[in-house]
Amino acid sequence: MAASPFSVKRFRILFIFCWLVIFTQHTLLLYFYNFPLQTAVVDSLVTNAFLLLKCLLIITTLRFYLPGGKGYFNFFILCLVLSLGAVLISKGVLQMIQGDGADYSYFLNRSFGIRASMAFLFLSCVALICIIWRRHQDEEDMAGRKSDAQKMAKDAELFKLRQQLQPHFLFNSLNSINALIGSQPKEARKMVQQLSEFLRGTIKKDETQWISLGEELQHLQLYLDIETIRFGNRLHTIVEKEEAVLEMKLPALLLQPIVENAIKFGLYDTIGPTNIHIKATAVNNELLITVQNPFDPETSSSRTGVGFGLKSIERRLYLLFARTNLLHTETAGSLFTTVLKIPQTINE
Amino acid sequence: MSKVILIDDEPLARSVVAEYLEAHPGLNIVQQCGDGFEGIKAIQQHQPDLVFLDIQMPKINGFEMLELLDQPPAIIFTTAFDEYAIKAFEAHATDYLLKPFSQERFDKAIEKWKEQRTNIAKPDTNALLETASQSPVQSDRIVVKNGNKIKIIPVADIFYLEAADEYVKIHTAEGYFLKKKTMGFFETSLPVQQFVRSHRSYIVNVQQITRIEPYEKDNYVAVLKTGPQVPVSRTGYVKMREVLGL
Repeated sequence: MAASPFSVKRFRILFIFCWLVIFTQHTLLLYFYNFPLQTAVVDSLVTNAFLLLKCLLIITTLRFYLPGGKGYFNFFILCLVLSLGAVLISKGVLQMIQGDGADYSYFLNRSFGIRASMAFLFLSCVALICIIWRRHQDEEDMAGRKSDAQKMAKDAELFKLRQQLQPHFLFNSLNSINALIGSQPKEARKMVQQLSEFLRGTIKKDETQWISLGEELQHLQLYLDIETIRFGNRLHTIVEKEEAVLEMKLPALLLQPIVENAIKFGLYDTIGPTNIHIKATAVNNELLITVQNPFDPETSSSRTGVGFGLKSIERRLYLLFARTNLLHTETAGSLFTTVLKIPQTINE
Repeated sequence: MSKVILIDDEPLARSVVAEYLEAHPGLNIVQQCGDGFEGIKAIQQHQPDLVFLDIQMPKINGFEMLELLDQPPAIIFTTAFDEYAIKAFEAHATDYLLKPFSQERFDKAIEKWKEQRTNIAKPDTNALLETASQSPVQSDRIVVKNGNKIKIIPVADIFYLEAADEYVKIHTAEGYFLKKKTMGFFETSLPVQQFVRSHRSYIVNVQQITRIEPYEKDNYVAVLKTGPQVPVSRTGYVKMREVLGL
């Protein structure tokens, strides 16, 4: 539904002014043709009141329906019918009120054609103005939406880039490499390889792409290896999978942030060893992945529902599958579990 | 010999600092710690001259750890990426090192520390903490020391805060905890939608309020779900109505 032109104050004033001019002209015209003033006023008032009603009808209709192509012809017919209707009704009403005089009755009958033409002209003008106004409004809206959409796309792109680069992870990894160069150059070289491969994989991937779990787990393993070097004995990761699930598909870059979240949660919310347990199984033709990490139920700040890091994943899953029950988290004792389900119905 | 403590949760990150320190024979590492709890113990035990401190660490971060120390030593922050913190601390930390940093950059930080030590009495770590309290980052928890134990209080668990000389009493279901801070500090750092300065000496968690009653002339009292009554001044009442959307 579009806004009515009446939402603009200038238009309202103009509309009332025009109507007053037409009303006055009509009255004066009849008065000059020697009808009594009262008759002239009543005639003008009744005729133009019905015309006004039809105008409002047209304006309202055009708020909901904008003709295009063949619609213009139909709308033209509608204007014609409405103006004929207005004139017929006002004629009937006038006949009833002041149809006693033979002169006036005669005039009423003879002037029918002129009245109808005038009404049609007037209605068409109003319709035309409304249509132009709507078109203009639509264009402005469209331009606004377009620039909004462009801005949003740009912001999202930037955000994604920043996310992909993960400055915190990147700089800390570089710092670890820096440490290894002095003491264990071979390890340092290996870590440079792993980090490069991981970054290349992340940049290459497109969020709209579907990949096999096997491929995703390979990529994930690079990340886990780097984190294990960084955190030394504190971090232990176990990846458990059935052979059958390796060929199952999932959207790219979906599992990665869940595991990142689990590791961050586990490492920063507890002291002592952090075991991350990733398990992939197939249940009813759905890929089921659970990621488990320790947490401290007493101090954990994200103990309410799905943590912030998982909100965007929930959103992505909803956009992909139109389902809200694909991601959920559970806590048992000091274990936090994230459960992800990927239906295998949609492919590519 | 000056005593140095390294506090970082990544062993390799500590080993870089240890390696760079080899070039400074006057500095001796007395302990390496993997988290803030160990860090506090080590600092209290050794009274070090210099501490290398990471910011993102398990349980309590570097800032929170510093807040718990009565006599904070000179601090050089080592962190990977924390531009906001860096801005806030630029003025008062002895130095900050952005990981990965070079030996040259590290040496400069040591030089800076030596200069500060010979100059005016002490590096101004208290001023540093003052700056920290002005940083716009709002926390969802408060770290307090209770005897020898460190307690992390999620802000949702706080009933109300009460001024007590140079301390603030933090009232929770487990009784109250003291923290050496100003009411002004808590007023700005606690979530404004949840905590209202109801009175010169009180800040109340509005989610804990069950009703507000008039009390004497122009004053009110907020009755909490758990029973306690918190004074509400006239201006506090206006603020509270704003937050509650009345």
